[in-house]
Amino acid sequence: MRKRLFYGLLFTSPAILGFIIFTLGPMIASFVLSLTDYNVFREQTAFVGLDNYIKLFSGEDDLFYKSLGITFYFVILRVPAVIIISFVIALLLNMNVKGRAVFRTIIYLPSIVPAVASAMIWMWLLNPDLGLVNSFLSTLHLPTSNWLYAEGSVIPSVVLTTLWGIGGTVIIFLAGLSGIPKQYYESIDVDGGGWYSKLRHITIPMVTPTIFFNTIMTIIGSFQVFNEAYILTQGGPNNQSLFYVYYLWRTAFRDTQMGYASALAWVLFLIILFFTFIVFKSSKSWVYYEGGERT
Amino acid sequence: MRTSKLTLTAGYTALLLISALFIIPFVWLVRSSLMDLSQIFIMPPEWIPSPFHWDNFYRALTIVPFGTFFTNTIVIVVSVIVGTVITSSIAAFGFSRIQWKGRDTVFGILMSSMMLPAAVTLIPSFLGWKILGFYDTYYPLIVPAYFGGGIFNIFLLRQFYLTIPRDFDEAAFVDGATYFQIYLRIILPLSRSVLIVVTLFSFLGTWNDFMGPLIYLKSDKLYTLALGLQMFQGSYTAQWDLLMAASATVVLPCVIVFLIGQRYFLEGITLTGLKG
Repeated sequence: MRKRLFYGLLFTSPAILGFIIFTLGPMIASFVLSLTDYNVFREQTAFVGLDNYIKLFSGEDDLFYKSLGITFYFVILRVPAVIIISFVIALLLNMNVKGRAVFRTIIYLPSIVPAVASAMIWMWLLNPDLGLVNSFLSTLHLPTSNWLYAEGSVIPSVVLTTLWGIGGTVIIFLAGLSGIPKQYYESIDVDGGGWYSKLRHITIPMVTPTIFFNTIMTIIGSFQVFNEAYILTQGGPNNQSLFYVYYLWRTAFRDTQMGYASALAWVLFLIILFFTFIVFKSSKSWVYYEGGERT
Repeated sequence: MRTSKLTLTAGYTALLLISALFIIPFVWLVRSSLMDLSQIFIMPPEWIPSPFHWDNFYRALTIVPFGTFFTNTIVIVVSVIVGTVITSSIAAFGFSRIQWKGRDTVFGILMSSMMLPAAVTLIPSFLGWKILGFYDTYYPLIVPAYFGGGIFNIFLLRQFYLTIPRDFDEAAFVDGATYFQIYLRIILPLSRSVLIVVTLFSFLGTWNDFMGPLIYLKSDKLYTLALGLQMFQGSYTAQWDLLMAASATVVLPCVIVFLIGQRYFLEGITLTGLKG
């Protein structure tokens, strides 16, 4: 027995050490830092207790609430959009159509494009004067937009650019859909029901575990959006796309207030934990596990 | 599922439209990368470059030392892949083929770290590397891969190892094989396809990483492609022909790797129900 424990720990030791060095240690250090006024360019660092957190919530730092609001707005727009659109695409791909594999490849492909390149392509597509999107809209005599360059449209535009990369979510939905036994649909055929009753009574209930999983992953990812903020907008125009993690990065690495930025990081962690917890709690009432089997 | 002709036609049309939307940005990227500025700015837009300006690629890639960025990226990507494949498969073996007390608890704790936002560990990790004198080197980007290679990869491999029948190990045990021999001679050869999945995911993850190089690298000569492309954009804002040529160059290797390994990608995502 002791031998097995020894070998078990030996084989897993790189991972366990990695966890301690690169996750647990920094996590504790981050919390300690958040209780100090550590600044790279100052000689002395003082323990300030909860001052950083008080400063955040008291409203003294109005950019904190601003970035929080912007990020919430982004999450609220993006999560339903990602879930609904990728579910619909997965439904279409799940039909027995010719060239299914080709469609699947085309839809997955954008999700492997490096964020910097993807941002570059979208900046050019959404260019207000010379971009393809506006020129297409004006050909159809539809109103054009300043997209990433106007305060009102910047967040929806960023959401739009990230929708190009939903291929991964689509594939996970597709895996969930293909796991539904065919016999279930036959019973609806016998009852004379159409595609709507199949969708409503079989597909959606059966795919709720996948919806649940994708929702959690999309929420966690959306709260942490950074690349798009950094490359597409640099937080602009007029701080209207000051995403939370971008603000955190700016505070830590440009303004070098690392103690304060650590407090920002912990607040983000708690927010994400809270929302994950809410979705988990709510899942009991809407996620359906067939025969208690978890997929 | 039995579907009527009408639904099938409607679905097919919808798929065609959606695929067109997903593919247009690629077409726009390629056509812009091959035009000169005067043709790029014609309204309404033209789709076929005339003439084809292949020299855009040469110009874009020589104004900024993209060759160096390419080599740098390859050095990092290869080092990360080697570390990830070796240590994640060893760890996954320990988490699936050896029965030891507390194994699943330890694995659960490691798994929970996937929920932790990167922002929480970012600042202390940065300070740690800096204190050790490794700021502006590749160590912060490479070394973590040699410590388990990321819990996601361990999870992926573990899921697969769990599907291999126990008898294989037991038969080897009877013959006097050690755990390490079982890992090397039985498990590894059987898991070729999952190891390819891990390789592909870590290739893309490292090739596409932006925040890591942004934080740890200062000198231009150490820049990766992602970082170099961003720097290029900063100094050639309105040069869409060159920007698109540079972007296309960064995208192309990903597309090639994906098309070659496509089967494994889709298998990998489906295996775990998790994104890469």
